[in-house]
Amino acid sequence: MPLLKVDDLSVTFTQRGKADVRAVDGVSFSVSEGEVVGLVGESGCGKSVTSLALMGLLADRGVKVGGSVNFDGIELLNLHKNAMRDMRGQELAMIFQDPLSSLNPVVPIGVQVTEILQRHRKMRGEAARKEAADLLDRVGIPDPTRRLKEYPHQLSGGMRQRALIAMAVACAPRLLIADEPTTALDVTIQAQILELLKELVDTQGTALLMITHDLGVVAGLCDEINVLYGGRVVESAARRNLFAAPTHPYSVGLLGSIPRLDAPRGEPLKPVRGSVNDNIAWSDGCAFAPRCDYYTMECLQGPPELVESYTGHKYRCVNPITEHTAPAVIDTEAS
Amino acid sequence: MLRFVVRRLLQLVPTLLGLSVLLFLWVHALPGGPEYSLLGEDATTEQREQLRQSLGLNDPIWIQYGRFMGKLLQLDFGTSLATGQPVMTEFLNRFPATAELAVTAMLIATVVGIPLGYFAARYRGRLIDTSAVAGSLIGICIPVFFLGFIFKVVFAQHLGILPSAFRQTAGLDATHPTGFFVLDGLLTGEFDAAWDAFLHLVLPGLTLASIPLAIITRMTRASVLEVLGEDYVRTAESKGLQQRVVRGRHILRNAMLPVVTAMGLLTGSLFAGAVLTESVFAFQGMGSFVYQATQTRDYPVLMGFIMLIAVIYVLVNLLVDISYSLFDPRVRVR
Amino acid sequence: MSTKTDKIDRLAELTAKRGGRDGHGASLWREAFGRLRRSPMAMAGTVIVGAFVIIAIIGPWIAPYDPTAQAWGNEVFPNRNMFVGPRGENWFGLDHLGRDQFSRMVIGARQSLLVGVVATLLGFAAGAILGGIAGAAAGLGKSWGRRIDTILMRFTDMMLAIPALLLAVSVAALMGQSLATVMIAVGVAQVPIFARLLRGSMLAQAHSDYVLAAKATGIKRKRIVLAHILPNSVGPVLVQATLTLATAIIEAAALSYLGLGSPDQSIPEWGTMLADAQRFLSGAPQLAIYPAIAIIITALGFTLLGEAMRESLDPKLRK
Repeated sequence: MPLLKVDDLSVTFTQRGKADVRAVDGVSFSVSEGEVVGLVGESGCGKSVTSLALMGLLADRGVKVGGSVNFDGIELLNLHKNAMRDMRGQELAMIFQDPLSSLNPVVPIGVQVTEILQRHRKMRGEAARKEAADLLDRVGIPDPTRRLKEYPHQLSGGMRQRALIAMAVACAPRLLIADEPTTALDVTIQAQILELLKELVDTQGTALLMITHDLGVVAGLCDEINVLYGGRVVESAARRNLFAAPTHPYSVGLLGSIPRLDAPRGEPLKPVRGSVNDNIAWSDGCAFAPRCDYYTMECLQGPPELVESYTGHKYRCVNPITEHTAPAVIDTEAS
Repeated sequence: MLRFVVRRLLQLVPTLLGLSVLLFLWVHALPGGPEYSLLGEDATTEQREQLRQSLGLNDPIWIQYGRFMGKLLQLDFGTSLATGQPVMTEFLNRFPATAELAVTAMLIATVVGIPLGYFAARYRGRLIDTSAVAGSLIGICIPVFFLGFIFKVVFAQHLGILPSAFRQTAGLDATHPTGFFVLDGLLTGEFDAAWDAFLHLVLPGLTLASIPLAIITRMTRASVLEVLGEDYVRTAESKGLQQRVVRGRHILRNAMLPVVTAMGLLTGSLFAGAVLTESVFAFQGMGSFVYQATQTRDYPVLMGFIMLIAVIYVLVNLLVDISYSLFDPRVRVR
Repeated sequence: MSTKTDKIDRLAELTAKRGGRDGHGASLWREAFGRLRRSPMAMAGTVIVGAFVIIAIIGPWIAPYDPTAQAWGNEVFPNRNMFVGPRGENWFGLDHLGRDQFSRMVIGARQSLLVGVVATLLGFAAGAILGGIAGAAAGLGKSWGRRIDTILMRFTDMMLAIPALLLAVSVAALMGQSLATVMIAVGVAQVPIFARLLRGSMLAQAHSDYVLAAKATGIKRKRIVLAHILPNSVGPVLVQATLTLATAIIEAAALSYLGLGSPDQSIPEWGTMLADAQRFLSGAPQLAIYPAIAIIITALGFTLLGEAMRESLDPKLRK
């Protein structure tokens, strides 16, 4: 029984005078305890919006959320705002992309940690401060007691992100959502942060939803990976299967675009051509078709369904790259 | 920190110095020359020549400036043509009245303006937002003296619920140890006098508050809107913190910084507004005194007032700058 | 072969259906103008300003009577306490000297427009020169440049330390009572604002990445300033000019209230009319209402327009 089960989640942004924008269009996935699930895709594919929808952090006005987000039996999308507020920070927590802008610049780090202890664990005064120092220590911040009084701008990028992680895990949430936690950091720090997250998952049994555009991050960390495109899941597989047998042309393109040190010198890079601006509507066909090297007429007749092979490898493509993939057996979205 | 303050104080010197030069030149450029400003329109030629001699107005200009500066540094702004008293004395006598009025106005402006601006931002696009924006736009477009006039006519003359002029009802025998009438009433236990003085502050206070209120509302709204879009507010929300914690520690503490700066910049216009407001309500403060000075061409008073405001403005903004470094740790000087 | 062309055709069809979602190539100005057209605030402001300007221009032709003629003096003088309100002959009634209010209001629009425009132009011109020199000097980076900038800015600071009204009063004191005095006085009060604005704008541009890129490609400094920095600094200045027009009208009224306006009270100007009405007639507020409402609405019109322009030029304020 997965801890988090997202079923057919959709998020639509409405604006007076402009057309509705469907940022998330029927996304389904699940995360179990102790499991690390990745949500991969380029900017604009809807992955960040998905995470905000899960946390209930989307605006009230101009946003329509549909589908189901089931967290340990509780339907989060039906929860009253105050109830959701109670759950945030305690049952589910989030780490954001830019550690400097994600921290309040005029409040000391210590207070930003103790405030969450105060809120959910009712800790106050000296006890709270001690626990805060402990947390900072656990995430690898040296000399934590002194850091409590310091301000975000006095810390380095890596330390800020660690502080954010400390805040996120302060109340031992069962689900942790990390939205591009390493994108704003140096590569070496990146590795440390990912190590830290892995350790937390292993020791606490936390479920981790990892959102990123970086396949390298995903390869080292995730048990299961969902590739998003145009607001829909276009491929979903266990890590080994995805990297060994990428099936959707987009995934193939993403993997193929990674520069390799062992490639012959002078060999040109192979980016995925075009951009998300070239997408066509899903209702007309496969949104990726304009950028795909393998599209057929069938791809332009209507939206492709998500199909599943007997290994659990799912893909949304009528003309997939199946050299290594097991054949499709189950039609997951047959209506 | 001390070094920072001293450095900023030193930076003030050239500005104030330059101002004194400008004022000096201004007095000399006035039609009729400085002796006219000191003697008034009716002086005869002999009187003028006599004054020129006695004041050393035939001396080279820089010596005259030196004398001028010397007087300024002793806070001697000259003598009022209308009352014959030293300008500084007149100001000191009338200062508590204007201070009471200014404080009242700023209190109204902040107590109403900041929450209004906050809620306008929080509920953007809804009625409170549109009315706050509309109200503040209209507020800066209404001439202050006209607003006072309307208040006077409606509330004092037609409805009769508030007094139309002065600081205290004539005949009400009250003692005034400090010159701040409301405070005095409270201190001496004459509560009816305190209440009376308070009532007299209402209409002029509201009038003077109109522009600061409009500006503070707009600035707060703009600042809160900007802060609401910041990532750290989203982080605070993601922690599941209570609304009031997010509002107080995360939103307001950041949003108030530019608003406080704007309040400092309002100081000057507050004085200008006081001149107009006090004249409408015959409120016996510095403002109405300066108003009379503009009518009677009482230049020493005008000059003194300008110098005074400039100094106060510059000091207030220095204070704002210093406090900014207290509130915003990023700016803090090590 | 045909299947390949078929699928290409179909793709082209669907792509076209998606619509011209270009977004590239639309310049800053075109986008801003588009936003402006859709903003209700801008619409309201434009309507008001347009009406004001039209009335000001065609004033002499639509005013039914001579605004300075005390044609109905005999009705007013005998009974000072009775005021003639709106009626068939005089749409806005009469003023305290028996003159037709409507004509005075209409001609007054022209005077107020004149004052506003001249004062703003003055403030803008002087301020722009001051600020432009300071900005250019500072941007060029040499030590003498910075010194010029510092001196000019200190000067601006001094002017800013004095509230606009008092600045205007001091200028008026030097010049005696006339309409020109009001124009110049109000204009002078606006100089430091424009100077600060243009300088700040230029400096911000000078440090921006695109200027750095331009320098890196070897474009001459003068061209950078003229072709890149100046056009991008113009936006906020335009906004300020519109807002200054609003302020100018109000400050002019305040100066008239203080008695520093034109002493010829027969020539109608809204500020003078308002001041007169208040001074003579605290018992009959109607006469003050007409010029007051006119001043407020006109100032509001310019303010709305200016604020709408500011919002449309500032990407951060977009919804």
